[in-house]
Amino acid sequence: MLLISMLTALVPTSVYASLFNRNGLFDSLLGALAGSVSVGNPLVSYILGGELMNQGVGLVAVTAFLVSWTTVGVAQFPAESVILGKRFALWRNLSAFVLALVVAVVTTTITAWLV
Amino acid sequence: MSAVKVLSRLSGGWRFLIIMVFAEIGLFFCSRSTFFVGLKILSGLLFKILPVLLLVFLLMSVINYYVTPATVTRHLGGRGVKKWFIAVIGGILSVGPVYLWYPILADLRKRGLSNGWVACFLYNRAIKVPLLPLATYYFGWHYVVTLTLVMVLASIVQAYVITHLEKFKI
Repeated sequence: MLLISMLTALVPTSVYASLFNRNGLFDSLLGALAGSVSVGNPLVSYILGGELMNQGVGLVAVTAFLVSWTTVGVAQFPAESVILGKRFALWRNLSAFVLALVVAVVTTTITAWLV
Repeated sequence: MSAVKVLSRLSGGWRFLIIMVFAEIGLFFCSRSTFFVGLKILSGLLFKILPVLLLVFLLMSVINYYVTPATVTRHLGGRGVKKWFIAVIGGILSVGPVYLWYPILADLRKRGLSNGWVACFLYNRAIKVPLLPLATYYFGWHYVVTLTLVMVLASIVQAYVITHLEKFKI
C-alpha cells in the first residue's frame, strides 16, 4: 500500500496522454507498458482509457492499456513474489503482458467486425 | 550486529517494508508536497480497504474451517470444467485489492490448487462487473461483451501456459 500510494502520487495521469503518438504497434506496446506499471482503481483506467481514445489514441492501444492495468502488476510484484513465489509471479506477469497485446488485437478486430 | 546482517535475517516482506519506509523518508526530504499527497492516498486506501480486510480475514477463517485438501481435490482437482468455472466466476466476483488475495490463494494452493488455477483466478479479477456500465459508456456494449469473453478465454490460455511452464520446470 505504501508503494501504491507513492507511485500514485509520483505519476500524474496527464503523463499517459503525452506518451502515445498514434502509431498502432508502438502505441499498443506503450499502452501495455503504461498499464503494467500503473496502479490504482480500475475505474481510473476506464476513465483514462476513454479520454485517451477521445484524444485520438487507437482502440488497440487503449485496450492493451486497460487489460494490462488490471492483469499485470509491477507494483504488486514484490508482494506477489514473496507470497506466491518469484517464478510464478514472473511468469504470470510476463504471460499477462503478452496476453494483453493479444487480447487487444482480438477484441478490436471482433468489435470492428461486429459494428 | 551490522544492519546488513539484521536485514538478511528478516523475511522478504519485512525487508520490503523497511525499503519502503526509507523510500518514504527520502521522498519526504526530496518533495514534501508529493509525500503528503502520497500520505493522503495511503490514508484513503487504508480507510477504504478496512472493511475489505475484515471480509478477507473472515473468508480466510471460513476457508480454513471448511476447505480441506480433500474438499479441494474433490471440487477443483479433477479434469472437469467445474474447477475452471469456479476460477473464472470466483475471480470475477472477488472484491478488494489483489494483494489481499495473495495469502488466501497461497493457502488454497497449499490445499491442492495448481498455479494455473491461481493464475486463472487472478486474471479474471480484471473483469469488474460494477464497472461494466462505465466501460459501455466509453466503448460501447459490443466492445465490452467482446472484451469480457476474450479475457475469460485469455485466462484459460494463461492457466494452460503457467501449468505447462511448471510441468517443464521453466
